[in-house]
Amino acid sequence: MLEALMKIFGKKESSGKIAKDRLKVVLIHDRANISPEVMNNLKNDIIRVISNYMEINQHDMEISLADDDDSVALVANIPVSRMKHDKGKNKG
Amino acid sequence: MSEIYVITSGKGGVGKTTTTANLGVGLAMRGKRVALVDTDTGLRNLDLLLGLENRIMYDLIDVTEGRVEYKKALVRHKKYDSLFLLPTSQVKDKTAVNPEQLVKLCNDMKKEFDYILIDCPAGIEQGFKTAIAAADVAIVVTMPEISAVRDADKIIGELGRADKENIKLVVNRIRPLMVESGDMLDMDDINDILSIECIGQVPDDEMVVTSTNRGEPCITMPNSQAGQAYRNIVSRLCGEPVPFMEFPKEGFFTRLKRVFNL
Ligand SMILES: Nc1ncnc2c1ncn2[C@@H]1O[C@H](COP(=O)(O)OP(=O)(O)OP(=O)(O)O)[C@@H](O)[C@H]1O
Ligand SMILES: [Mg+2]
Repeated sequence: MLEALMKIFGKKESSGKIAKDRLKVVLIHDRANISPEVMNNLKNDIIRVISNYMEINQHDMEISLADDDDSVALVANIPVSRMKHDKGKNKG
Repeated sequence: MSEIYVITSGKGGVGKTTTTANLGVGLAMRGKRVALVDTDTGLRNLDLLLGLENRIMYDLIDVTEGRVEYKKALVRHKKYDSLFLLPTSQVKDKTAVNPEQLVKLCNDMKKEFDYILIDCPAGIEQGFKTAIAAADVAIVVTMPEISAVRDADKIIGELGRADKENIKLVVNRIRPLMVESGDMLDMDDINDILSIECIGQVPDDEMVVTSTNRGEPCITMPNSQAGQAYRNIVSRLCGEPVPFMEFPKEGFFTRLKRVFNL
């Protein structure tokens, strides 16, 4: 009943809109033609570089491609647990 | 000289063969000389949709393998005598024809027809590659459904890689009431996502089923909604810009009743 009401007054997000949003994301990945393996290598490389400067929570890290107007953006969400204060001097 | 169209989709069962049959009949009703080429070897259906299944003597493979001239394999439509079907084999498979053979055949046929429409099989494998090889224009058929649109995008990418840049879209099996209530992608959404010129939106229509049963495409039926949509597409192919059809809307109270299951 509540759902029906929300539907009439357009409160609940319609399934058509959900389909469109999901499609946009999936097509970015399809079109980029990047294999999960490449994404994973990229992720590991990012972790390696960033770890020189800060301690990060690797398990909660997410990287993905997203729609940014007319271009594709690489979006990374990387939780930082602690900064390293040696300014990244001891690289390698 | 003819224009060569391929009707393709990626995902199966979205209405390629239905679209091919209807556009073929529609163009022939305008007096155009039309050849329909079925390339869905092993799973042929175009003959059934046109009611020509009992008239087949030779097929596409007999032609490409040089056993008969293409003219001998053409089946003339019973009612529209400028419409011809080149059926394919029901026993061979997709490897029986290659792209070069189809290009050569279409080149031979070009002088005799105004339009050659090629019905493509589902998928992106050899059958698809063969079907698109000769085409000047690709009509991608999709449905307002997430997986069909994704597969259409894949096909558009494949067409681009094969240097087929002239691509048109047909959205089939739209359910206007679902679109109205926001529960189905509409033509504008799909346009937004695929960025391909849309030349038709065809509603889901029971008359497609009954006309398929009879072997008479619904474009011949004056009161079929899908038939009207196909007539509009034919007009657009012939260079007449006609507006997209309005689907009948549901009033507020009918909607209220429906949502509350009254
Ligand atoms: N607009 C429509 N309204 C109702 N039914 C439809 C419509 N379009 C197609 N259909 C039905 O959908 C089914 C699949 O159509 P069709 O055979 O044309 O698809 P296809 O893309 O050629 O399939 P395949 O990939 O197997 O070759 C058929 O049963 C057909 O009658
Ligand atoms: Mg088919």
